[in-house]
Amino acid sequence: MSDMTYRDAINLALKEEMRRDPNVVIFGEDVALYEGSFKVTRGLLSEFGEERVRDCPISENTIVGVAVGAAMGGLRPVPELMTVNFALLAMDQIVNHMAKVRYMFGGQTVLPMVIRMPGGGGSQLGAQHSQSLETYFMHCPGLRVAYPATPADAKGLLKTAIRDDNPVIFLEHEILYNSKGYVPDDPEFLVPFGKAAILREGSDVTIVGYGRMSILALQAAAELEKAGISCEVIDLRTLNPLDEESFISSAQRTGRAVIVEECWRTGGLGGDLASRISERCFDRLLAPVKRVSGLDVPMPYSRKIEKICIPQVNTIVQAVHDLYSEKY
Amino acid sequence: MADELKELLSDEDLLRFYEQMVLSREFEESCAEQYTKGHITGFLHLYSGQEAVAVGTIAGVEKEDYVLSAYRDHAQAIVRGADPKEVMAELFGKASGMCKGKGGSMHLFNRENNFMGGYAIVGGQFPIAVGLAYASRMRGENRISVCFFGDGAINQGTWHESLNWARVWELPVLFICENNFYGIGTGVQRASALSSLHRRTCGYDIPSEQVDGMDVIAMYKAVHRAAAWVRERQRPYFIEALTYRFRGHSMADPAKYRPSAEQEVWRSRDPIPAFAKRLIEAGITDDGKLKEIRDRCATEVEEAVRFAEESPWPEDSAVWEDIYV
Repeated sequence: MSDMTYRDAINLALKEEMRRDPNVVIFGEDVALYEGSFKVTRGLLSEFGEERVRDCPISENTIVGVAVGAAMGGLRPVPELMTVNFALLAMDQIVNHMAKVRYMFGGQTVLPMVIRMPGGGGSQLGAQHSQSLETYFMHCPGLRVAYPATPADAKGLLKTAIRDDNPVIFLEHEILYNSKGYVPDDPEFLVPFGKAAILREGSDVTIVGYGRMSILALQAAAELEKAGISCEVIDLRTLNPLDEESFISSAQRTGRAVIVEECWRTGGLGGDLASRISERCFDRLLAPVKRVSGLDVPMPYSRKIEKICIPQVNTIVQAVHDLYSEKY
Repeated sequence: MADELKELLSDEDLLRFYEQMVLSREFEESCAEQYTKGHITGFLHLYSGQEAVAVGTIAGVEKEDYVLSAYRDHAQAIVRGADPKEVMAELFGKASGMCKGKGGSMHLFNRENNFMGGYAIVGGQFPIAVGLAYASRMRGENRISVCFFGDGAINQGTWHESLNWARVWELPVLFICENNFYGIGTGVQRASALSSLHRRTCGYDIPSEQVDGMDVIAMYKAVHRAAAWVRERQRPYFIEALTYRFRGHSMADPAKYRPSAEQEVWRSRDPIPAFAKRLIEAGITDDGKLKEIRDRCATEVEEAVRFAEESPWPEDSAVWEDIYV
């Protein structure tokens, strides 16, 4: 029972699962000797040896493809792609193979594999290293998609992912790596897929987030409370399976919903969630569903203008106020 | 020549080679007919002409080895042991198909024969073959991965990535390149910096050789030797089989880009009559026995078609099955 960082929680999940199951193997660019570009795999090589923790060539498509083959062959690979941006080089294996083999082979194979990939913006890394591509994976049937917001969920969701027989995309937010929180020591602590977390209960507005956006939504809710608005904050935890009942029942109760997405607005997951809420809560809504999204621009480098491209606490607060001030 | 055959394999094995090649040809030609009738739809890439590669290769490896292929995969699956009925039913899109009608021509998979899939993205199977080899070594299984692919796939990034990876990690993968000289309609010399494809492996320190892919015995000998080498050293090896597809790339392709003289030369080297001649000359069999084999194969394919025709379509609810565990 201890406080630890999101990074250490992921590291602990990997260690516990590798200790539990000898079929769990890790490979990726610089995951072994270098201990990971974000140091998530620290200590794994020394504990598990170079057969189970391996550095590999810089070839993202093949990292995923090797994991597909290894999973079909009876291992439980947990490859790391250094950042989600590089997943674009691996989209053939992710979308055409990883997501499809079970289905197109008529269920004759299972694919117990997890691709871990850090991503998100806000670190001034420029357009090619700051992307939020969760919608890409959420869009493709056959992939499970998890995106933890807290250290405890990082541990519990990753352990569930590793034990799952489905292929899982596991997204980590680079800015959350140093965030701290309580994490259960129990090696059997698992967070189930498809069950959103209510991070804060409220009665006036439902704010739906995922990943780092849930944390910002929580901060926004604290500010809004001072203005007398009671926000319910829902963290989706997994985008596939999606816990639709969580935000539908909340929005039916509050009558107002704001979706916070770090991805680009056009074609973003917020559009999908908003349409689900509209379809199922239409007669209960007191205002249209609001979206707070990443701007539809490649991410700029400069600190000043990067900030306006990513949802912030104040933009979420403003969106909630708008629900009350706008004339509908 | 006669002595060579007898020293190499039993009469039974040799006749099995013949039968498997004939069965493959009968199956593919029947597929063409079923396609014309509209019973088989979608893309259909036939293997006629290349039978010696599949038969020689699969005879040269062990039952527990993994075999992977691309989209021209029917004959390879059948030679590997798949039931022609289930393959035909799959091509018809029926529920009794090998993949319940969800895979179709390009996505055959047969777990019990370790036939680990046809993949319809050119070069998609390379890393998967490497991953399977890695899994078998990690799990202490004595399997190798046998990866079929065409000359077109050699220009994909995954080919380079996977050869490099297999060599660096020292994994037992046997790469079988079926060089039929055309990637759809683009000649190999117009697509590859080196048209002698096996030479391209030197950049990855992977030994390679070129084999006559129209000669089933040459294929068998090369693969048998290479597979033993791969298994013993736990290292990748590369075979380039020179072969030819007698039909176009797919049923939609009349193959007008190929000179008729070229097609004549290769047709004259048809692996099936050539092998029949050798068997007869070696005194292993006679015309009558070979005809019996051909008749048996024709009957087997007819039965496969009947089975496919009579099989039920998948239930609508099947669309939601097998996505997630």
